[in-house]
Amino acid sequence: MIELNNVTKTFGQTQALQSVTLTCSGGKTTVLIGPSGCGKSTLLRLIIGLTEQDSGTVTFDGVPVAPNNVFSLRRKMGYVIQEGGLFPHLTARRNITVMAGYLKWNADRIEERLDELLELTQFPHDGLDRFPLQLSGGQQQRVSLMRALMLDPSVLLLDEPLGALDPMIRADLQEELKEIFQALKKTVILVTHDIGEACYFGDEVVLLREGTIIQKGTPEDLVFAPVDPFVTHFINAQRSPLENVRAQ
Amino acid sequence: MSMNVIRKCFGIICIFYVATLFTPLAVSGEESVTVTVGSKKFTESVILGEIVSHLAEDKALKPVHRRELGGTRVLWSALLKGEIDIYPEYTGTISREIFAGLGIENEEEIRRALSEKGIRMTGPLGFNNTYVIGMRADVARKLGIRKISDLRNHPELSLGFGNEFMDRGDGWPSLKERYSLPQKDVRGMDHDLAYRGLQSGDIDAMDLYATDAEIQYYKLQTLTDDLSHFPEYNALILYRADLEARAPGIISALSRLEGLISEPEMILMNARAKLDRIPESKIAADFLAARLSLDAEAHGETVMSRFWQHTYEHLFLVCISLIAAIGVSIPLGIIAAKKTKLGQIILGFVGIIQTIPSLALLVFMIPLLGIGGPPAIAALFLYSLLPIVRNTYTGIHDIPLHIRESSEAIGLSAGARLRIVEVPMASSSILAGIKTSAVINVGTATLGALIGAGGYGQPILTGIRLDDVGLILQGALPAALLALFVQGAFEIAERMLVPRGLRLKSMA
Repeated sequence: MIELNNVTKTFGQTQALQSVTLTCSGGKTTVLIGPSGCGKSTLLRLIIGLTEQDSGTVTFDGVPVAPNNVFSLRRKMGYVIQEGGLFPHLTARRNITVMAGYLKWNADRIEERLDELLELTQFPHDGLDRFPLQLSGGQQQRVSLMRALMLDPSVLLLDEPLGALDPMIRADLQEELKEIFQALKKTVILVTHDIGEACYFGDEVVLLREGTIIQKGTPEDLVFAPVDPFVTHFINAQRSPLENVRAQ
Repeated sequence: MSMNVIRKCFGIICIFYVATLFTPLAVSGEESVTVTVGSKKFTESVILGEIVSHLAEDKALKPVHRRELGGTRVLWSALLKGEIDIYPEYTGTISREIFAGLGIENEEEIRRALSEKGIRMTGPLGFNNTYVIGMRADVARKLGIRKISDLRNHPELSLGFGNEFMDRGDGWPSLKERYSLPQKDVRGMDHDLAYRGLQSGDIDAMDLYATDAEIQYYKLQTLTDDLSHFPEYNALILYRADLEARAPGIISALSRLEGLISEPEMILMNARAKLDRIPESKIAADFLAARLSLDAEAHGETVMSRFWQHTYEHLFLVCISLIAAIGVSIPLGIIAAKKTKLGQIILGFVGIIQTIPSLALLVFMIPLLGIGGPPAIAALFLYSLLPIVRNTYTGIHDIPLHIRESSEAIGLSAGARLRIVEVPMASSSILAGIKTSAVINVGTATLGALIGAGGYGQPILTGIRLDDVGLILQGALPAALLALFVQGAFEIAERMLVPRGLRLKSMA
């Protein structure tokens, strides 16, 4: 599905990725996790062509991602980011359908797809005519997700999609998002720094540090069969302080 | 009368009417020839321009009088370029300013130098309008100053000279050298305003034209040029050599003016214009009627027709220059936001244009585009660039990265991103830039009158020359109102053009 082969990327003096090789298989959810600056977002941005690698190859269904085909490839990928990236001057409806409109879909087809997405994301129909600033954070992320899914892409890329939400809404949306992933059976690559969220979503979890992959495996592999002390250290660092409360 | 006859008559009238409309084009010969007369921005020059215009009309020519075109440099280059055909000039100005440094002294040498440039001159008109240095009589008496050399003993005096006098070949620098004058407080100002400065005591001495009506009116003491610094400034008329073939009638008519106007007569005419506020056209017609028994018709305009004319000219200058500036600036601002290096060059360039003084920019345009509307529009266009380029650049540059990247990540092409996301998001900033440009443009366009572009600057210019506050207000008020109107119109446009989603406050 998506393959990275020996990919290296530097920003000035910093090495964001060092010869990373990774395969994300179709229909599965792969979670990229690691501390800030480990290169997980850069990896996602390489796949959708927002930055270009210095060396190595990124392929999508066997096709190398390159400036000449990046526009057509992007239409097969949906991309959701932490800030939502919604266009403030367009209503929710226009945000979702902007690309379909650009590709000259007819109105019926757009309405049909929109209805499917509203049902999938539980977004109220009357919210479609609001502007992003008139929506709550959770609703904004639903719109962002619908926009990513509008063209029915085979791959969904999410960069900390829940990062900006408060904990209650975040928990609700995590559940919904997982149901959506299961219903869609798409290839999903999700970036997070929250180990709980990673294990909750991930069929496979990839732990990165300073631009290299430390371990790739199921959540169980990471917890019970760490290949490096850093893995355990990273997991323990996010243990809930509540456990201590219980212990007392 | 049957319907048919009426219809026929009507048809014939129509044909006649249309025919008369086209006559000037259809009939060849002098009848159709337009002669463009220029005059400098002081009253005497305007009166002489009117006299020449009446003479041309008498010869069945079509005179166009471009009044108050500024100073010698503007008129002279306009004449060389053929923007104007005729204008009144003075021998001293020709030898000391136009041909400064060539050592030209007498009339014959002047005539030869002119003809090398394709310019002819009439003989002197009869009066010598030399420069004189003048003071208030009471001040001069108190200080005992009668000659220019007496000024040496009074270094504390402040002097105010016409802007042109400040740096012309025969002006202040050479006068100062000739008489070793010690004064430090020397200011350049408008000649007509200098009279008021002298009256109020802000300045102690100024340059006068010998035929200025104000000398008597303000009871000024003229100082003797005891070292004969100033040459003679015999008034005469300059015209392009090609006029001899194009409109021979005007040449013989101009020669009738030679020796016709004495100094007292010229002073009287100046006085009628400046003190009695009689229109220059009427003064010129009266003079020609009295001296040449010429039946010239004074051209009067009503205040309203003049107002509409100025409004039309002003709007023309502003609209054309602003529309052109919008068309060029928005793409430039977009390029500046997209290409960092090129952007720095663009922003630097339009920034430098803004630092050129508006008057200088107007005059720079004359060699390229002549006088009148085009150079004024070009200058206003250049002035309007910076605010729009800057605001377009800022508007697009300040779009948050996550929004910019989202538009890319969903697969929009560069052009579509610009059209659907970036320009609409920058619209508020771009409109603010256009508004700033428009308001500045309305104000700056008043200077266009100095190079013959007309507009609201024309009554302001004439008002300053004639010391007529009412006339100044006829230009200043509409210009101010127009600026306010433009401001208001853009605020309404903002409400209509800026997407509603951008004007909302966050829910949070």
